[in-house]
Amino acid sequence: MGECIWREMGLATEEYGRIVGILGREPNLVELGMFAVMWSEHCSYKNSRAVLGLLPTTGSRVIQGPGENAGVVDIGDGLAVVFKIESHNHPSAVEPYQGAATGVGGIIRDIFTMGARPVALLDALRFGPLSDVRSRHLFAQVVAGIAGYGNSIGIPTVGGEVATHESFKESPLVNVMCVGVAPASAIKKAAARGAGNPVMVVGARTGRDGMHGATFASAELSPEAMARRSAVQVGDPFMEKLLLEACLELYALGDDVVIGIQDMGAAGLTCSSCEMASRGEVGMEIDVAKVPRREEGMNPYEVMLSESQERMLVAVKAGSEPEVERVFRKWGLEATVVGHVTDDGVLRIRDGGAIVAEVPAKALTDMAPCYMREACEPGYFRRERARDLSGVPEPEDYSDALMRVLASPRIASKGWVYGQYDHQVGTNTVVLPGQGTSVVRVPGTNKGLALTCDANSLYCYLDPWAGAAHAVAEAARNLAAAGAEPVGITDCLNFGSPEKPEVFWQFKQAVEGMAEACRVLDIPVTGGNVSFYNESSKDCVSAVAVHPTPVVGMVGLIEDLSWVMTPGFKHEGDVVALLGRTRDEIGGSEYLATVRGIEGGPVPAVDLRAERGVIELIIALSRAGLLSSCHDLSEGGLGVALAEACILGGIGARVRLPGMMRADRHLFSESGGRMLVSFPPSAADEVQELAGRHGVPLTVLGEVGGMRLVIDDAGGGGDPPGRRIVDAAVGDISRVYRGAIRWAVEQ
Amino acid sequence: MKVGVVVFPGSNCDADCYRAVESFGVDVRYIWYQDHSLGECDLVVLPGGFSYGDYLRAGAIARFAPIMDEVAVFARAGGLVLGICNGFQVLLECGLLPGAMLPNAVLRFRCESVHLRVESTLSPFTCLCRPGQVLAMPIAHGWGNYYADDATLDELERRGQVVFRYVNEQGVPTSGSNPNGSCRSIAGITNERGNVLGMMPHPERACEAVLGGIDGRWVFASAFEFLSGGVALGRMHLAGDGARH
Repeated sequence: MGECIWREMGLATEEYGRIVGILGREPNLVELGMFAVMWSEHCSYKNSRAVLGLLPTTGSRVIQGPGENAGVVDIGDGLAVVFKIESHNHPSAVEPYQGAATGVGGIIRDIFTMGARPVALLDALRFGPLSDVRSRHLFAQVVAGIAGYGNSIGIPTVGGEVATHESFKESPLVNVMCVGVAPASAIKKAAARGAGNPVMVVGARTGRDGMHGATFASAELSPEAMARRSAVQVGDPFMEKLLLEACLELYALGDDVVIGIQDMGAAGLTCSSCEMASRGEVGMEIDVAKVPRREEGMNPYEVMLSESQERMLVAVKAGSEPEVERVFRKWGLEATVVGHVTDDGVLRIRDGGAIVAEVPAKALTDMAPCYMREACEPGYFRRERARDLSGVPEPEDYSDALMRVLASPRIASKGWVYGQYDHQVGTNTVVLPGQGTSVVRVPGTNKGLALTCDANSLYCYLDPWAGAAHAVAEAARNLAAAGAEPVGITDCLNFGSPEKPEVFWQFKQAVEGMAEACRVLDIPVTGGNVSFYNESSKDCVSAVAVHPTPVVGMVGLIEDLSWVMTPGFKHEGDVVALLGRTRDEIGGSEYLATVRGIEGGPVPAVDLRAERGVIELIIALSRAGLLSSCHDLSEGGLGVALAEACILGGIGARVRLPGMMRADRHLFSESGGRMLVSFPPSAADEVQELAGRHGVPLTVLGEVGGMRLVIDDAGGGGDPPGRRIVDAAVGDISRVYRGAIRWAVEQ
Repeated sequence: MKVGVVVFPGSNCDADCYRAVESFGVDVRYIWYQDHSLGECDLVVLPGGFSYGDYLRAGAIARFAPIMDEVAVFARAGGLVLGICNGFQVLLECGLLPGAMLPNAVLRFRCESVHLRVESTLSPFTCLCRPGQVLAMPIAHGWGNYYADDATLDELERRGQVVFRYVNEQGVPTSGSNPNGSCRSIAGITNERGNVLGMMPHPERACEAVLGGIDGRWVFASAFEFLSGGVALGRMHLAGDGARH
């Protein structure tokens, strides 16, 4: 076989040699295609597996860690939460609507494959600056694609995050997280067992769409790749809604009907068949002639590699085929026996009478190569860490600086985005997007799930270890601010090419930082996704990697919905206080980037013990019902938190910064481990006492009231004492905050 | 009293409607779109969602579902039919209500809370409301821009068939309070007899305080009050016959 063939499929020459070694012969074209997709980065994690082993994946609540279609965590009363995040970056760069839509469809299948009914979706999105017309187009189309799929299938999109930066201009990031709930005893696995048990393809018919999508996603975007639009699949949310209901009805037939089930996403029938066989320590025989097609004349290679959406592979108990067919027929779907489980560990593909591929299942999965790439610290790292920002002058007009930070896409209200998502279907959304950390009721109970996804791409560029640790801490603070105890993480690691030593260094550092934060905060990672090669170039020489973006999707449990807290100020006369310590840490801040045009400096120090203290304190305060509001501090610091608390509460506040430090540091430093809270004066003693017991500093800043946000500076750093630095009507800051993204997109 | 919630392929608010009705302690069950009988039923709910994916046009295919023949017979006999969102679109497509839906004027899906003014309390679905009462309810649709020609609209207004109008918090219809560009800010209409209501907002999403509001309960409570005979039938222009199969 000529070298150009495997290289075209994305395999290195030494990888081809490895295949020949495993098989003891040259593979045929079908087999080569199967190896190429299964050994792609997207399916094999060959460049990341070794590093991912650092992440803690166990915990008392963990029912299923990494390795299945989604993670599963016990939430008590016999129920489990099932969740996973996945990227659909490359398809969305080429065809934003369908790329995003099928990303949603794929992650939803991962959840109901596990036996759970999906109850919520979230998205983490990155685009180029909204001043760029193409970035606006990608943004609008990605949002429309997510809406088109999620709204139709009827799963509420309840949260997410959006940020923009030059590095995402050619390589946008589209990460979608889905969360489902199931009885803990009803979790389904994607392992085939029992020689002779039939294997069925259910759902949509197979066409030529999405050929080699996994391979496409495992390389940089080049002009040639951009022309490879056929590698992007087309989604049909209606078909998936039927598939979802049919699968859930199938599970309800009894525990013994479905032996194993896996959705067909990347690498289609190839991936689902070899992974199910490999997990079950069995073999499988598939006859491609029996696979229902939507196109004529497809050859075995095309059937095995098609990434047509809305399909599942199911191994069922022998004899139950008629029952399975009846359920799917009720929902207007096909269920077709295409093969059976064998006991020889071989994945054997037939086309009628002829055997067209014969490969040990484990050769495609466990025996994929695993690389520890070379890592090299990039030159900028130490420079930025040592950067002195003391010369950055104070803003002349604090109100103006605050307004500009509030208008930044990363900070501003995402109302333009979530207003296009049905976030209430299912009637379980307790805290709506835009009101605080999203909270979804566990159906049929009085418990809640707080959901978030977080990453600060600039931090992760400047200092990947600290940036990733901050992402975990910020997500945990986010959940705690709603009154939730974090119970699990799913991560989506978006990086450039791992073959570049600087990028691989970023990746390693980020995973190490994330692992350390997970350990100290005691939150297990139950699965996730790695997306490399997020770079693009016009000329294939000067490929620019995206800012490293390890998105942390986190799930928190609220045992009683009456504990739920929101960030908006509530009552005139409530005390406004800051929990945690503010340091002179404006490096990497939104203020520095937006107002001063400096994307650099040392990122805030990571203090995971302090993070843990403040999280435990907030959870205790929520259970005691002492707080009127709670807002975690992150991008934009105290200034943004105060503004948001006023905007969301529709009420003003009068605060006084405690001095000792320049006001811009107080207002805009992004030091971790902090919360902005309000409580009635009558609760002050108890709050103080609890804070003291948890070792968290509490600073009273002022009080809630009026319709203006008034900030005085007590003075410090040689300033005249008692200056009024901000005095703005809540209506005015609200207009800027709520309008910024809409104005930017519709300009 | 018995309520049936029709399930079309692609319905996605069926379970929400079911639970909302259940929360009143009223008997409720699902009715499959391929069935040829509604069974024993006093109120039929056509729920929101994307029946048949809303392919072709919202509600355009669902009107041909076998159960719709039964719904039409039931409605003509005076049975109560409540079409919410996609259910409203289906009622327009099958001709049980006049007019048509266009895409939202903003050309985007909109999910948000809106205010509705109760324009008529003669309907079985608003008989417990005060005239002019303002209700807060969520909307979630891409095709909610109600359209009819002026003559039809005049007729609807004259006969009191406009039941809900989009208004601001103070109860005044303004361009800003109309989320989708609907003619005359119409959010919900009945047929001439009053027993069939189509509305774009989702009352079933506003039935629990923990979800942010309970104004949707006025719609269900009114219908149940009417069905149980608690409201003097004389107030209704609805003939009191044949509501029960």
